[in-house]
Amino acid sequence: MKENKKTYWKGLEELTNEESFVKNADREFPEGPSNLDGSSRRDFLKLMGFSLAAASLAACEAPVRKAIPYVNKPVDINPSIPNYYASTFASGGDYASIVVKTREGRPIKIDGNDLSPISQGGVSAIVEASVLSLYDKQRLSDPMMNGEKVEWAALDAEIKSKLMAAGNVKIVTNTILSPSTEKALDAFAAAFGDAEVITYDAVSSYGITKGAETSYGEAILPTYHFDKASVIVSFGADFLGTWISPIEFAKQYSKGRKISKDKPYMSRHFQFESNLSLTGANADYRTPIRASQSGLAVLALYNAIAKKAGASTVTGAAVEIDYLDKAANELWANRGKSLVVSGSNDPNVQIVINAINDLLGNNGSTVDFSTPSYFRKGDDSKMNQFTADLKAGRVGGVIFYNCNPVYDYVKGADIAEGVSKAKVSLATNATLDETASLCQYVAPDHHFLESWNDFNPRKGHYSLSQPTISPLFNTRQAQESFLIWAGNDTNYYDFLQDNWRTTLFESQLEISGFQEFWDRSLFNGVYAMPSEPTALSGAADVSAAASAIARVYKAENSSDELVVYTKVGIGNGTFANNPWLQEMSDPISKATWDNYLTVSQSWAADNGVKMFEGATRKARITVGEKSVLVPVLVQPGQAKGTFGLALGYGRTKAGRVANGVGVNAYELLNNANGFTAFELTEGVSIQLTDDTYKIAQTQTHQTYMGRDFVIQEATLGEYKENPSAGRDFPKVYKDGEFVKPSKISLWKGHKYSQHHWGLAIDMNSCIGCGACTIACQVENNVSVVGKQEVLNRREMAWIRIDRYYSSPEGASSNKELEQAADNPEVIFQPMMCQHCNNAPCETVCPVAATTHSSEGLNQMTYNRCIGTRYCANNCPYKVRRFNWFKYHDNKEFAAVNVAQNDDLGKMVLNPDVTVRARGVIEKCSMCVQRIQAGKLTAKKEGRKVEDGDINTACATACPTDAIVFGDMNNPESKITKLLQIEDQGDAASKEVNEERAYHVLEYLNVNPNVWYFTKIRNKDKSEA
Amino acid sequence: MQVTSSVREPLITGGKTLKDVTHDISRQVEGKPSIGWLLGLLVSVGALVLGGIALGATLWEGIGMWGLNKTIGWAWDITNFVWWVGIGHAGTLISAVLLLFRQKWRMAINRAAEAMTIFAVICAAMFPIIHMGRPWLGAYWALPLPNTFGSLWVNFNSPLLWDVFAISTYFSVSLVFWYIGLIPDFATIRDRATGIRKSIYGALAFGWDGAAKTWSRYESVALILAGLATPLVLSVHTIVSFDFATSVIPGWHTTIFPPYFVAGAIFSGFAMVLTLMIITRKVFKLEDYITIGHIELMNIVIIITGSIVGIAYITEFFMAWYSGVEAEQYAFINRAFGPYWWAYWAMMTCNVISPQLFWFKRIRTSVALTFLLSLVVNIGMWFERFVIIVTSLHRDFLPSSWAMFYPTWADIGVYLFTFGLFFTLFLLFAKFFPVINMAEVKSIVKSSSEKVNK
Repeated sequence: MKENKKTYWKGLEELTNEESFVKNADREFPEGPSNLDGSSRRDFLKLMGFSLAAASLAACEAPVRKAIPYVNKPVDINPSIPNYYASTFASGGDYASIVVKTREGRPIKIDGNDLSPISQGGVSAIVEASVLSLYDKQRLSDPMMNGEKVEWAALDAEIKSKLMAAGNVKIVTNTILSPSTEKALDAFAAAFGDAEVITYDAVSSYGITKGAETSYGEAILPTYHFDKASVIVSFGADFLGTWISPIEFAKQYSKGRKISKDKPYMSRHFQFESNLSLTGANADYRTPIRASQSGLAVLALYNAIAKKAGASTVTGAAVEIDYLDKAANELWANRGKSLVVSGSNDPNVQIVINAINDLLGNNGSTVDFSTPSYFRKGDDSKMNQFTADLKAGRVGGVIFYNCNPVYDYVKGADIAEGVSKAKVSLATNATLDETASLCQYVAPDHHFLESWNDFNPRKGHYSLSQPTISPLFNTRQAQESFLIWAGNDTNYYDFLQDNWRTTLFESQLEISGFQEFWDRSLFNGVYAMPSEPTALSGAADVSAAASAIARVYKAENSSDELVVYTKVGIGNGTFANNPWLQEMSDPISKATWDNYLTVSQSWAADNGVKMFEGATRKARITVGEKSVLVPVLVQPGQAKGTFGLALGYGRTKAGRVANGVGVNAYELLNNANGFTAFELTEGVSIQLTDDTYKIAQTQTHQTYMGRDFVIQEATLGEYKENPSAGRDFPKVYKDGEFVKPSKISLWKGHKYSQHHWGLAIDMNSCIGCGACTIACQVENNVSVVGKQEVLNRREMAWIRIDRYYSSPEGASSNKELEQAADNPEVIFQPMMCQHCNNAPCETVCPVAATTHSSEGLNQMTYNRCIGTRYCANNCPYKVRRFNWFKYHDNKEFAAVNVAQNDDLGKMVLNPDVTVRARGVIEKCSMCVQRIQAGKLTAKKEGRKVEDGDINTACATACPTDAIVFGDMNNPESKITKLLQIEDQGDAASKEVNEERAYHVLEYLNVNPNVWYFTKIRNKDKSEA
Repeated sequence: MQVTSSVREPLITGGKTLKDVTHDISRQVEGKPSIGWLLGLLVSVGALVLGGIALGATLWEGIGMWGLNKTIGWAWDITNFVWWVGIGHAGTLISAVLLLFRQKWRMAINRAAEAMTIFAVICAAMFPIIHMGRPWLGAYWALPLPNTFGSLWVNFNSPLLWDVFAISTYFSVSLVFWYIGLIPDFATIRDRATGIRKSIYGALAFGWDGAAKTWSRYESVALILAGLATPLVLSVHTIVSFDFATSVIPGWHTTIFPPYFVAGAIFSGFAMVLTLMIITRKVFKLEDYITIGHIELMNIVIIITGSIVGIAYITEFFMAWYSGVEAEQYAFINRAFGPYWWAYWAMMTCNVISPQLFWFKRIRTSVALTFLLSLVVNIGMWFERFVIIVTSLHRDFLPSSWAMFYPTWADIGVYLFTFGLFFTLFLLFAKFFPVINMAEVKSIVKSSSEKVNK
């Protein structure tokens, strides 16, 4: 191209080089984007559309829910203010003095009565749960005659005339603790030709009463004092879990197990048993023995003691039993402050036990026959005779007074057969259970929370029960029915008062007016006339009992042995229709909703049974001609050659919840030797089948994998040398030195200027009974989810008790640590929200639904929760629970979650606690509703909250006082003293001086407000 | 004018002219749907409907329909979430990062890769919402909206909230980026179309006029968006990894997670791009645009990221041992030898061993083997997330709470639903949208087409 010197301008602007041109000269497209200013027509339309939509949405009406006030307010009932009534729980001979909390006239919670010298404020899971059975839809709403509902008057007339013509009348009952009831029955019996009262107990202690009769001339249970015993030896007696009066025994036992630097000693507990019981799990030395050896073991102990005492020994085959000699030596060293008990129902064994206690001088100190207990009055031989009579058609009229022998008596089938042969059959049972459904007449009794009654559980000890709600149904107190049928028109309340006036009131001098005496007794719930224990002199011939034992028991038995036991939750099966109890995790097996055959680890290994996540196989138990198919549960600690099976299951007419759950073990028992034998040592065969099954366990991993950041324990010897024994002190490196993890934090830390709530949990006192878990469930409206959901690992418990077995000695690899030892040490660790001061859950919630309170609580705001479950994942303690489904008002869960589904069941709900919606997380709130109520009360009274004003449901229920709740900012509080906290102002991270106190997972420095105390085992040295 | 280096392989083969490009790509949009496409759509919609039953059941009955439990609060839901988000990353990496690095080979694949990103992010974003217990509230409560609940605000400390921002930003930027890129091509189709199609594509083209000024704006926007999207490639998966890294759970509480997750995301994303592109080029006969060269380059990215991931796995083990923390050590031993050993070894085999095969040129230039291995990598990356989430949770601190996770039909169904959704969207995209960016590809025809060179 030719060079061209000409310059062409794009326009005059370029030529003149105007400012506006120069500015944009290098831009291809000088003008910027056009701007829309102001509002346009479309904006107007948008605005209008939005307003219209918003207005229509706002006009949508929410449904009106009416809360109707009282027109005439009943005296003492203030909406939202609870009332408390002292009362008594009694089911047969199972007894607890209680305080019933009512809200707007509805009983909603049962606590222990601190004034009772027997239960001493303790409760059990069954007692806690019994409030729900009040609202059981299975209860009969009307009296029944031949399957039809009738009026009471018609029933009364019919019964009076029919009974008169029936001939001999028998009244069958479980143990009756009530003197007034006995009096009413006497009146009834007198009216019908000396009708005989036959007493039996589903779980009989006839062996003890019969043994006492032989030994001391009186068929009674003694009063035991486990608190006074330094050495406790138990042969198969599960006295902490299910044996006779477990609440009382647990209270006593725990007193001997509390340990501190000032009191560095505790009782030593030996247990010889076949199944791993709750009591065995707490023993310092536990030896698994075959049931067939148990009598010989008792004899061996007798001989060992007799040798030391210089008494004559008896003959019995020698048995090799670990720790038996040690037990004998220590018993002898602690004469007068030791205690030997046996759970055997064999009178001969109990005679030898009596003799041992006599030799040890325990009679009159730890075993008190001079103050008889009346918890078990059942007479196995009389009941056996009655059954035969009934079956043979020799009984004219039979009345079942609140008992269910068709189900829970060893010869239930005979009774079922015989009932139709009686001319008149009548039951006062509250439901159409296995027995009542066979009777012509049913005159349903009130629930105990609707009734007046009195109780005499022990010589000199009385208590009352009073109605806490008007009868829900057209039922009538059974005692009143008996009186009416006997032609006595007094109502039972007057009858009861008269009885107290003429007996108890007359025999005391303290109070002059009966009304005052009555009111005080009723207010306190208990009335006691304590007596000093004295030693009864024994006259029994031990050698006769010993030779009987030597005949029956064997040192070597090669056949399978079945040991039938009761579970802490279900007991004898009376309360089986209570879903809270069905879903309660068994303290030992952690299983719910089932009974199962517990087998030893060696049997499982021999037969190739390996449980994984509850998956197992079924086995066939054959006892004589009877045979049942049950799932197998591998149970560490089960004595080799023995098998365990729980009573209380296999109900067929208990109701929707319990029917068809498990198998009935009562059918397998026998009473060939004159007493109901719970240990079947002959004629039992166990065959593993190929049927698979899944047992719903809440915990499927058995050991703590040697993780001392979870479990810290020591032996008493170690503790005496060093109060910090067993403690793990994690250290973190910082600036050239190793410091406690709490010294390093990204957090500034909370400040608690008012209260600082906390829990101190003594793992040495916790026996694992699970009363706290049910108390929490009742208090906090925790859903029941049913077996399938437990299998899916979705139980909702806010507090659980982690049960760990020790691994075999010397285990080091993960695989070895996962295995439980054949006879493991057991530890229980109650686990609930730890209310961390540096809570991992709080930081991760995207919507701040879980936050920290100014009093140290980790709070959960249900209606803010959107359910991401991030908090649950990030919780190192795994205590957060998610509402996977809608558990309330959902027919899928109506059968199990009765407290949140039917109208009646809902009456048990605590109105202070929200029933959680589907899709939200929930967890322990440290009973924030109780804290709030306590603070309000104090505020109203113009004072500070004092220690003891507020207590959580779990701590209140605990029969061993293992859980202590309190304000760690209050220098006077029990928890401050327990933890030995010196004043640290408003600091969230408190330094404690108690050597045993530790945080689980301390090294994470999540800094919980829940402290655990190391477990101390009373062993000579560290031995598994 | 650009000069083509003689040693450089052409990016487009087959001597395509500009007209060829327009024709080859518009042809798919304009023609009748093929039988293969119809069958594919049928299968996808079928999966969508079947999975929709599971999704409906979950929304109606509750999260209990899944196999989660008290110990394992997340499993397939968050596994799927992380997996889908990870897949999305390749699209952004290709279109944004490679744009900034002037990698012109990206031009043939970036459209489809971006579409994949968007659909994968849609699938991913579904999970954080549906995994909530109360999605009808959570869907907007998780946003920092002004409200009348008092001074109730979201929790800015929560990594889940960071996720909300990360995912929503990522989705919006990706969507805008992708759509802006589509506008000139929509205009091309509009100009060739008649009738109702003309109106539809006309609307989609936003009145594109092809003026120099329009092109200028288009390019500036593309550059700005690429600039915005580039940090997202790193940030999104970093933030996703914070869900785990900031927790206290052994196996989650790991500072290595951010780079490890980003590498894993690109790794899986490229595998997914390969899976899709190998089918697309075959079905739509686009071998000249998506060449073996593309496949090889992507395979190289897979070797690199796969190796990074492998080193990360080993580092985690080393750190667990080196930390001396018992629970941490157990968590890793449990991964490899616990009840979920099979998931761990599936992950190791698929993610660490199989990509190393791409060191062989024969394998990385083989379409069939690449396709196979791309599937293997995606399976492996799903297992990686499953291993991290489930095996860490199922045995953490307190052995009492140790549990197993078993998926239910609803878990599987919801996952199937996302597949149905993804492929339905992708098939609709492939049929109705130009799968290759015609406008951009035309810019490299001249520099690389054989016909032009000769």
